[in-house]
Amino acid sequence: MQIGIVGYGAYVPKFRIGVDEIARVWKADSKTIRSGLLVDEKSVPDKDEDTITISVEAGRNALLRAGINPQDVGAVYIGSESHPYAVKPSGTVVADALNMGPELMVADFEFACKAGTAAIQCCYALVKSGEIKYGMAIGADCAQSKPGDALEYTAAAGGAAYIIGKNPLATLEGTYSYTTDTSDFWRREGSGYPSHGARFTGKPAYFKHVISATNELLSKLSMKPSDFNHAVFHMPNGKFPLKAAKSLGFSKEQLKHGMVVTKIGNCYSGSSLLGLSRILDNAKPGEKILMTSYGSGAGSDSFSFVVTDKILERANLAKKTDFYIKRKETIDYGTYVRLRKKLKGG
Amino acid sequence: MPYKSVPLFWRLKKPKYNLTGTKCTKCENVYFPPRNLCPACRRSGDIQELQLSGKGKILSYTIIRTPPEGFEHYVPYAVAIIRLDEGTNITGQVVGDIEKIRTGKRVRPVFRKMHEDGNDGLIHYGLKFELVD
Repeated sequence: MQIGIVGYGAYVPKFRIGVDEIARVWKADSKTIRSGLLVDEKSVPDKDEDTITISVEAGRNALLRAGINPQDVGAVYIGSESHPYAVKPSGTVVADALNMGPELMVADFEFACKAGTAAIQCCYALVKSGEIKYGMAIGADCAQSKPGDALEYTAAAGGAAYIIGKNPLATLEGTYSYTTDTSDFWRREGSGYPSHGARFTGKPAYFKHVISATNELLSKLSMKPSDFNHAVFHMPNGKFPLKAAKSLGFSKEQLKHGMVVTKIGNCYSGSSLLGLSRILDNAKPGEKILMTSYGSGAGSDSFSFVVTDKILERANLAKKTDFYIKRKETIDYGTYVRLRKKLKGG
Repeated sequence: MPYKSVPLFWRLKKPKYNLTGTKCTKCENVYFPPRNLCPACRRSGDIQELQLSGKGKILSYTIIRTPPEGFEHYVPYAVAIIRLDEGTNITGQVVGDIEKIRTGKRVRPVFRKMHEDGNDGLIHYGLKFELVD
């Protein structure tokens, strides 16, 4: 019984702000920042966009590709660290907007940037157990960042939706999670912006978890990096995934399609999932894909997929990830401040 | 206008989220917002639910620069009368660059925030429109 991705969809808001523009305002050296982060610009949501609207747009694209009756979706789980409500699930709006309700399970997930991949694991388990026919897992965010903080150069907006079920376009071969109590990044209840441990977010946090989860999955499946055609790792910036890939034994060529961070920034819960959607847009039947997410706090979920021939008939049924990446309007810092409501009393 | 009434918005949620209209199968007139009775055929009409695509073209539009209460954050924004492909007119916001909006341009639906009841109230969602490039 093959279970995996039946349909997928991406969405990225069209506004972009360049790293150079943010550095100009804070009198920082943009050359050093760009070469340090390997990010040119990041996506910014419009005044009327949030995690719910991004989830609906990505979910619509996923349903178009899956070609299923929305009423057959038995669970909707949305992973985000920017749910618009503290109390009222984003999934209630998304399920009704996509005509999937009312007979389905809904919950909002939180695990920093890996809540979307945690949602995929839950949908996979429910489909495998026979409890539901299809499950929709979404990772989406409108990431917050304190003005002037290092995060401001990368904290972006976007998301991707995945429908998990039988007869997939990419079969899920196996998944493995690695989780510890490592406080590298957090946001307290009621606080508008997250805090982080600066350099501590690297070695003991991102690299330890991403590398451990990936290595354990490879060991569990008796596979090696060269068995994969494509790989995507969570992209807090452009440098971290390149470094993690190198130490694991993956090449730059394998990362080529999934490295979306350079042009849209870090979409948090949508980051690795948008990388995966761009890989699927370009994948051929029989190709193998490795995806490892990372969520601060901290944990990583690693997945192995094999693309099936269904990709040929479904990939073109909805807008591809590049449509959203290339559709852009560049804004200045003042417009960015207005759109993100960073002016108090304004 | 702001939907301060929670039940009022809840009742309108289906057409607002999905553009669910109605059609009279006798005279083939399409209605949005949905109607329970066909005003043309009256009692002899047969009203059925119809899922509208949201695709259409702009018949006319205006730019709002002096907004009603609750919409200050969105100005300037465009409100247009759109002729849907199914054959009925609808009024809705057109998102994106207001300089590019012209009568006759094609639009498609997008899911957006319509309005927020302050910082503590509900966030109301629904369909707006964007220009088809």
